Amino acid sequence: MASRARPLNLTAPALAVLLLALVLAPLAAVGWRGAGISLGPADWSAVRFSVSQALLSAAFSTLLAIPVARALARRRFPGRAALITLMGAPFLLPAVVAVIGLLAIFGRSGVLNQALVAVGLPPISIYGLHGVVLAHVFLNLPLATRMILQGWLSIPAERIRLAQSLGFGPAETFRHLEWPMLREVLPGVALVILVICLTSFAVVITLGGGPSAATIELAIYQAVRFEFDLGRAAGLAGLQLMVGGVAALAAWILTRPAGFGAGLDRTLALPTPRGWRRGIDGVALTLSALFLALPLAAVLWRGLPGLSDLPASVLPAAGRSVLVALTSALIATSAALILALAAARRPRPIIEAAATLPLATSGLVLGTGLFLLIQPFAPPISLALPVTILVNVALSLPYLYRILLPETRALHSDYGRLADSLSLRGWSRLRWLVLPRLARPLGFGAGIAAALSMGDLGVIALFAGERQATLPLVVSQLTGAYRTEAAASAALILVTLSFALFWAFDAGGRRVAA
Amino acid sequence: MLQLDHVTLAQGAFRLTADWSAKPGSRIAVMGPSGAGKSTLLSAIAGFLVPNSGRIRWQGEDLTDVPPGERPVTILFQDQNLFPHLTVAQNLGLGLRADLRLTPQDRSRVDEALARVGLQGMGPRRPAQLSGGQASRAALARALLRARPILLLDEPFAALGPALRAEMLKLVREVADETSALVLMVTHDPQDALALGGDLAFVSDGQVQSPVETRALLAHPPPDVQAYLG
Repeated sequence: MASRARPLNLTAPALAVLLLALVLAPLAAVGWRGAGISLGPADWSAVRFSVSQALLSAAFSTLLAIPVARALARRRFPGRAALITLMGAPFLLPAVVAVIGLLAIFGRSGVLNQALVAVGLPPISIYGLHGVVLAHVFLNLPLATRMILQGWLSIPAERIRLAQSLGFGPAETFRHLEWPMLREVLPGVALVILVICLTSFAVVITLGGGPSAATIELAIYQAVRFEFDLGRAAGLAGLQLMVGGVAALAAWILTRPAGFGAGLDRTLALPTPRGWRRGIDGVALTLSALFLALPLAAVLWRGLPGLSDLPASVLPAAGRSVLVALTSALIATSAALILALAAARRPRPIIEAAATLPLATSGLVLGTGLFLLIQPFAPPISLALPVTILVNVALSLPYLYRILLPETRALHSDYGRLADSLSLRGWSRLRWLVLPRLARPLGFGAGIAAALSMGDLGVIALFAGERQATLPLVVSQLTGAYRTEAAASAALILVTLSFALFWAFDAGGRRVAA
Repeated sequence: MLQLDHVTLAQGAFRLTADWSAKPGSRIAVMGPSGAGKSTLLSAIAGFLVPNSGRIRWQGEDLTDVPPGERPVTILFQDQNLFPHLTVAQNLGLGLRADLRLTPQDRSRVDEALARVGLQGMGPRRPAQLSGGQASRAALARALLRARPILLLDEPFAALGPALRAEMLKLVREVADETSALVLMVTHDPQDALALGGDLAFVSDGQVQSPVETRALLAHPPPDVQAYLG
């Protein structure tokens, strides 16, 4: 049966077209300029490094997360909830901050090397492939843990009860309950992390580098900034699009969202084996907690003393970053809401496409394309901040859309008819129905968008000069110049602002919803 | 006059036809087996479904292109008749102005309507603080404020006990009298149909039959109605 013919509302389709253009125009520019560029051996080595570091990072993050997730799933202890919350934090942690924390522990004069030297062992170096992988594991182990934990908690209670009534020991439980779940969950987890690591830039710019440890993204950056070779940059961006885009779309289609913030608790607990298995769980929890907490503590420890004596570039950069974060969060959240409301009424391919396509790109790919488009008309540096805002909007849109769509669907099915029958339309509908009902997911989504945008180091590195630098760029520059203490102080400000923005939006949404 | 002029509603293999009319102010119970299409009929009159063929008219005006909120219709659903995040008074206020910019007169009309259905002083409450019967009263109070000439009831009292349901039906009759509304009420229960008074439209085999006086129909039910009553 046809549903009621409504006056054709073109806001959402028009917005979808605009967003598609924002992504497709830079991609077209990249394709046009990059076609036929022949790439040299250094470029292919960048492809190899990109893929191998991403594969290693995904494998280690996923494998190491298994014992941690299992321990969290079957043990109850004081601080468990806090540890799970801590596991959610690295998603919002700016990568440049993580790098500084890791340098403080594993770096040249870090805690670990001081200990090694003290007992007469040779120091280790954090730079190169293993450093990049270490940082990626630090950033993604928590995500992997939360996703796998969700898998553990989704084993049906009936099946656990059945296993217990059949007298399953730990080995049988693993074989019949846990392994089937892992086989289903692990590929998705690894794929998601692979995609994240393929487009990682902030980690590689500090810990990678040199001809042997450059990713495609880093090669794009070097081609634009140091060699002024836009043709080569475009060719590399095309490669990145092919490598990362395919993986990203596959991951998006194959996986469900990790569902952070959901209540990870259940009434029927898994069996809790005693003896050495208890010891293993304890070790997994302790090591992972230390691995995650120590670098963060080091940022605090190293950064606090320098707060009174910051380089002059830090505060203006912080101001620019907050401005960029607030603007892009506002635009991205509004756009995602318009698209999700329209899609809840009637699914449309163009809306789906606009909300999904940005995933196939990365900040540097879009940045290269926009650079190519802007350059004939204006010095790209003059548009550094607007471009950063636009790219951040595009890149956070898919996440926001995915957060909001189930909510707009529920709103539509619960209250759509009642609102229609009362002629609740336009501003009145927004004011009296949509905003109050969706305040919580809107606040949460805007918080995520703001924090991600605040901490992002990507497109800004292509465009910015001295006077456009955002805070992550300043942190990265200070780290590159070995100004360790100033970098740590700036990183401390950055991470505080990121979490403050997330908290402010999220708490605001909860308050309105209450 | 509400006119269902050769109306056909189709969905896959399911088809429902109706071809009759009803005078303003009449009371019609719509009864029939589950899945026969009782709610579908009300949805079409309320404007949520477009008939595949035929016309729905009110006082000669074709309603096909009129959006739900602008039809001469108030509808009460099985549940979700009140927005849980708004107060009871705001929920009623929406019946007067969708933007809730209420004048002092509007506010006193809301208070009067609440008092009329026995909810005086409950305006500041949230729907979650009301009992099921009180929530139904609040929805009826909004129908009173909207005063549309057609009142559609899609089993809004199904979850209430028999005594409370009888009370609500009494209130429906009073609201309908005060607004001179034509009432179409979906129900499973012949007692409810009798309590509403007026006529009964039986739905079966993909057809909404013309309304017949309820008392007479139930006294001498034709075979299909007899089969339904058991």
